[in-house]
Amino acid sequence: MSDTTDGQVLTTQDGKPLKAALRRALRREKLRAFLLIAPLLIFVLITFVAPIVDMLFRSVENGIVADTLPKTVIELSKWDPASGEAPDEVVFAALYDDMVIAVDQKTHTRLGSRLNYEQSGISSLFRKTGRRIKRMDEDGPFKDQFIGADKKWGDVATWQVLQQFSPRYTDGYFLNAFDAKRGAEGIEMKPEDQQIYMFLFGRTLFLSIVITLSCLLLGYPIAFLLASLPLRTSNLLMILVLLPFWTSLLVRTSAWKVLLQQQGVINDFLVWTRLIDDAGRLVMINNQTGTIIAMTHILLPFMILPLYSVMKTISPSYVRAAKSLGANDWTAFWRVYFPQSVPGIGAGAILVFILSIGYYITPELVGGTSGIFISNRIAYHISSSLNWGLAASLGTLLLVAVLVLFVVYDKIVGIDNVKLG
Amino acid sequence: MANARGAAVKYDSVQKSYDGESLVVKNLNLDIPPGEFLTMLGPSGSGKTTCLMMLAGFEPATHGEIYLNDRPINNVPPHKRGIGMVFQNYALFPHMSVAENLAFPLQVRNVPKAEQEQKVQRALDMVELGAFGNRRPAQLSGGQQQRVAVARALVFDPELVLMDEPLGALDKQLREQMQYEIKHIHENLGVTVVYVTHDQTEALTMSDRVAVFNDGVIQQLSTPDDLYEDPQNSFVAQFIGENNKLSGKVVGIEGEECLVELDDGTQLKADRVNVSAVGDRTTLSLRPERVEFDTHDSMDNLVNGRIEELIYLGDHIRVRMNVAGNDEFIVKVRNRGERRKLHVGETVQVGWALNDCKALDAVA
Repeated sequence: MSDTTDGQVLTTQDGKPLKAALRRALRREKLRAFLLIAPLLIFVLITFVAPIVDMLFRSVENGIVADTLPKTVIELSKWDPASGEAPDEVVFAALYDDMVIAVDQKTHTRLGSRLNYEQSGISSLFRKTGRRIKRMDEDGPFKDQFIGADKKWGDVATWQVLQQFSPRYTDGYFLNAFDAKRGAEGIEMKPEDQQIYMFLFGRTLFLSIVITLSCLLLGYPIAFLLASLPLRTSNLLMILVLLPFWTSLLVRTSAWKVLLQQQGVINDFLVWTRLIDDAGRLVMINNQTGTIIAMTHILLPFMILPLYSVMKTISPSYVRAAKSLGANDWTAFWRVYFPQSVPGIGAGAILVFILSIGYYITPELVGGTSGIFISNRIAYHISSSLNWGLAASLGTLLLVAVLVLFVVYDKIVGIDNVKLG
Repeated sequence: MANARGAAVKYDSVQKSYDGESLVVKNLNLDIPPGEFLTMLGPSGSGKTTCLMMLAGFEPATHGEIYLNDRPINNVPPHKRGIGMVFQNYALFPHMSVAENLAFPLQVRNVPKAEQEQKVQRALDMVELGAFGNRRPAQLSGGQQQRVAVARALVFDPELVLMDEPLGALDKQLREQMQYEIKHIHENLGVTVVYVTHDQTEALTMSDRVAVFNDGVIQQLSTPDDLYEDPQNSFVAQFIGENNKLSGKVVGIEGEECLVELDDGTQLKADRVNVSAVGDRTTLSLRPERVEFDTHDSMDNLVNGRIEELIYLGDHIRVRMNVAGNDEFIVKVRNRGERRKLHVGETVQVGWALNDCKALDAVA
């Protein structure tokens, strides 16, 4: 069959190596394939990969202190916060030089707001100092003048923050995201009443699991029905499944508000039928219940579709065979049909879980305070508090959490067990 | 398994309709004695698979009753009928190993573990797959999967085994081999087998009796040789084996014989099977291997024909002729090595015996 013996290279008729000839023959095809995907590849690189890389970078990037106060940073590195005293005159002289330039370029307020994330009050300190800097004596002594402008310049804590955030890269955002901070004795947890992100991550995971499970419970029978009905009927049902897809997300979520609120349709009905009295109206929205109900509804098609496409491939003869071999309906389903539908469950569950773990709009609208997700907090830091570094590190953590879950899933169930159709 | 006996099956005026407008099975009456290998043979859409599915319990009969060992089973769910079944695509559970597949019917019957293992091993040995218990069905070849399916249908000692075109997916050689194996298993175990196929050689090879289905009706129920030698109507004659048909009109009836005038005026004597009166249209059915070139005057029928085509097939030569206006008239000549000189374009005399020529109902 093969003419090669050990060490011999197969060649074409004119003596060129066969492998090289094959590569050349295939190169054209490869180039064509590449050109076909090139537009999408470029699009994905620009709109997906680049923003994510940028976000990952922002979660550790911290050039603002070193850029705005270059001289101060150098001088401050020699200061030892354990001394218990503010730095000496040299540092203040450097600070004066830096501040004059910063005020001139109006960058000192930005630095103030950045450091304000780490310690409140620094923003106003920089603004105040910026206003006073022109009136300061150029020849010094600067230390007294600065402390005169604002007493905080005499605090060790202020300088500690400045020194801590001098390096160009920081783990501060991540510590913050883990509800931790760098104290006098290294990394420590924040006080209980300030811990929020780990709690939110936990709730996001928990609610996502609940939503995934309820999607599975509701979606499995529907998918089963769809897969076993004749094509014409199942197509009609499929349209009903997809109908919510074609309705705006906001409309659907608002509809749930109408239905679930205390003066809403469901409560009114229950009061009317005297199942509950007027005072005992159920609170079903602006809390976790609302988030679970609305998101289960929204994500249900993502569970049904993969389940359906997998179930469609399970031949009815398997269940028939099981029955002919003596299994009753339940045994035939549980021992023969269900195991074969597991890849669909895997695909649907992963899809729903990953979508819900990063969901933002629905928890925002119907979640109240007890039903919001970590993504709502990220959105808050992006658009309101403008602490992009923290938002980026929270986003990175979310990404890592999803990837870890993915790996765990692969270890337990096996990713090749996932089938979308 | 060795002491298992077959079950008796009886269809009593069974009818089946899916849409309430047309009958797929029209008034089926069929008695299958214990231990018989009965094949339901017919083209697709003839109702044979529906009959099997009603027996298995997957389709309810619209009318009539099916009896298993004299017990009516219309209201017995499939899993309580205790009928082994081999499906067209085997339906081996892909998520279970071969041994688990075989153990499944025993598990659901709560057979003790040790006995399960013993029976599974015996069933595997029976189909010569003793070492394959740990494989997944997907790791087996088509023929091996087929054997596992047969073993699974037999492992719980059913008295009746149904097979729904079990060999359809195999290539020709393997199919022939499996035909013999299934036949031998049947002979060794003595179970009743109801076998559905559209392949007539399969039916002739394996069966004790064959029920030829067409249009929801059993056209003929007899042993394979009867089916070939004495077809009861044109459909059976056409469906089983190769067949020359000559259409004409009955001009005379004399006991079991009749005289038929073909459309071109040729008169032939034929065995009267289902023509009733003089003047009826009829189709004469004649097997290609029963036509002789070595004619002699005592032959019942002698006709001249023109040789149109010669096809050399090794063991025999197919001669396509134009006889009495029919240019699809085939004659099979056994190759005796004498290189008989036949030439295309030649007009020669052919002849055959009266009994080989059946006067059947006319076909359009």
